[in-house]
Amino acid sequence: MPEPILQLLLIPLIKIVVLLVVVLLIVAYLTYAERKILAYMQVRLGPNRVGPKGWLQPVADGLKLFVKEDLVPGGAEKLVFMIAPAIVMVPALVMFAVVPFGEPFKVAGISVTPYLADINIAILFILGVSSLGVFGIILGGWSSNNKFSLMGGLRSAAQMVSYEIPMGFAVASAVLMAGTLSMVGIVEAQRTAQWWFMFPGILGFGIYWVCGVAETNRNPFDLPEAEAELVAGFHTEYSGMKFALFYLAEYANMMIVSAMAVVLFCGGWLPPFPNLLAGLWALPVLAWIPGAFWFLAKMSFFLFCYIWFRGTFPRYRFDQLMNVGWKWLFPLSLANVMLVALGVLLLKG
Amino acid sequence: MMNGPERPLFDVEEMEISFGPQHPATHGVLRLQMKLDGERIVEAKPIIGYLHRGTEKLFETMTFPACIPHTDRLDYVNAAHNNQGFCITMEKLLGISIPPRAAYLRMILAELQRLASHLVWLATHAVDIGAITPFFYTFRERDEILDLFEEYCGARLTLNTMKIGGLPFELPEGWLDRCAKFVDAFPAHIDEYETLLTTNRIWKRRTVGVGVISPEDAINMGLTGPPLRGSGIEWDIRKVFPYDRYDEVEFDVPIGTNCDTYDRYLVRLEEMRQSIRILRQCLEKLPEGPIMAKAPKVLRSPEGMVYASVESPKGELGYFIVATEKGTTPYRCRVRPPSFVNLQALPQMVKGSLVADMMAVIGTLDIVLGEIDR
Repeated sequence: MPEPILQLLLIPLIKIVVLLVVVLLIVAYLTYAERKILAYMQVRLGPNRVGPKGWLQPVADGLKLFVKEDLVPGGAEKLVFMIAPAIVMVPALVMFAVVPFGEPFKVAGISVTPYLADINIAILFILGVSSLGVFGIILGGWSSNNKFSLMGGLRSAAQMVSYEIPMGFAVASAVLMAGTLSMVGIVEAQRTAQWWFMFPGILGFGIYWVCGVAETNRNPFDLPEAEAELVAGFHTEYSGMKFALFYLAEYANMMIVSAMAVVLFCGGWLPPFPNLLAGLWALPVLAWIPGAFWFLAKMSFFLFCYIWFRGTFPRYRFDQLMNVGWKWLFPLSLANVMLVALGVLLLKG
Repeated sequence: MMNGPERPLFDVEEMEISFGPQHPATHGVLRLQMKLDGERIVEAKPIIGYLHRGTEKLFETMTFPACIPHTDRLDYVNAAHNNQGFCITMEKLLGISIPPRAAYLRMILAELQRLASHLVWLATHAVDIGAITPFFYTFRERDEILDLFEEYCGARLTLNTMKIGGLPFELPEGWLDRCAKFVDAFPAHIDEYETLLTTNRIWKRRTVGVGVISPEDAINMGLTGPPLRGSGIEWDIRKVFPYDRYDEVEFDVPIGTNCDTYDRYLVRLEEMRQSIRILRQCLEKLPEGPIMAKAPKVLRSPEGMVYASVESPKGELGYFIVATEKGTTPYRCRVRPPSFVNLQALPQMVKGSLVADMMAVIGTLDIVLGEIDR
């Protein structure tokens, strides 16, 4: 087979398929993990009927949602109502294109990179695409012709817009430390620095993580779908697969935020504590562990934190949420960028 | 362009929204008609009656003892106090005094029921504010209480466990030990709930200063129970008009100072601790003896009107019975449900606050629609 076809067409295609399957599988089992972990936190058992220990629960859920009647409420804006879930889902999946899951490896003499694209503006790409998802939520909330949905949509619009700014600044602090916008480059920079950026940039990391939780509309910032107030928020009127798309997009977004946290602040696919335990990781017993393992392990930790938060915290009120965003995180993230910039200037010259 | 007065660029108008009666957070079938300005509540009007079953009218067609099962269904998370209130009123009407053992057993049942009711309140209140985990912890303990009830009278929710003149059943064997075991274990569980909520910053921000009602307004509106005590008024029927043997046990009446949702939360938690204290004393002092007073098989009332009330977990639960000479049924029986009276403070408590506060306020009033609509 001619080299270009292999390199430009076949391998990317296979990678896309593998990536989609893996991401969707993780998302499906993330719902299972959430229910199970939350159950154990709350002295319950969680799903345990479908398959051994409930392992087939996500399959059953998916199947159920597939065969459910796809209802469009009367008085809804039909077209907008139909495409809103897609507008939410597509950006959530597209962002995975630039997430580096591990180091390049060789299969049958061909070098394969475990990421779809290493573009030099990957961070900007993710920030840009992630802001598109909010349109789906607003449009979905508005087109449902339901006051609760509308309020949910408006809340999420206000929330996502105000938390995107401190998040951007927090990301910028990591970018400053790395000196590159490429996701792969940032991980490599942490390899050369011998430090995860989490330690010098602990403030930025904290801000990033808080904003990340808020961006994905998860507890304690889950106002857009605050069950007690707004029934189910923007997706009150959605059923069947359209509802499933909103649901999957939320979990895919959680994965992206976690993956970004891993890449920006926790050394991506590098094993933990590269400077202290370098000798340990070089041991032949441990050296074979692929980078993807470390990446997924760290990502799982952040995903666990999401679920942990949900089991622990009450929900913020809308005005308090805005206060936290604008009065605390925004000035703090600005100060953080200045601090980091100063540090980089002094240390690197 | 239109002539006439200058129109603003955007039309701003209040949104009318109907919360309930099938809304997930309105605790049953409460409906609230709200006018919203953005997220701010301009006006909230509770509309009730979706659960009206005509209980008071039904009482008029039933003999006195036959009324008791129907009182279970008023405040359905709190059957024991409903029974107790009705029995005490009837005993006052008929001039029956119940034996001490029956009185103490009633107090044990009532305080257990108070714990169960407060646990339901804590669970739903926390869920309304977004903390889902306390729900499962409190229901774990509530289940133990319901197990005790089930063992005693066979029912878990609608107990129907008191009779005019005493109690229908003697305790099963070993029940007191199991009850004592629960009473010993429970205070640790209250601490457990507190670790999740009391000092939680988000919980405090959601409850401190929310749903304030001044002591004067609270009295003027006739609030009773924790909503009144949260506003700093020391008023507890068990203390001011002791019934059964509440004058023989020691307990404190906790009160709040800031009149807000957080204080009412603290008041109820402290009430649970005081209930444990009462239970301990009751278990210790429980005398031997009969559990029924000498009462005729068929109760015939003297002519008269009588009112008596008990301190239910939600406030003053009173029964007003009008009886005719030699009657076997109440001529009229009016129930004074605490939730019904407490609910009328809601419009004032939420006015000008945000939609999310509405949920905190509904939770803190601890209403049960069964006794509001009757």
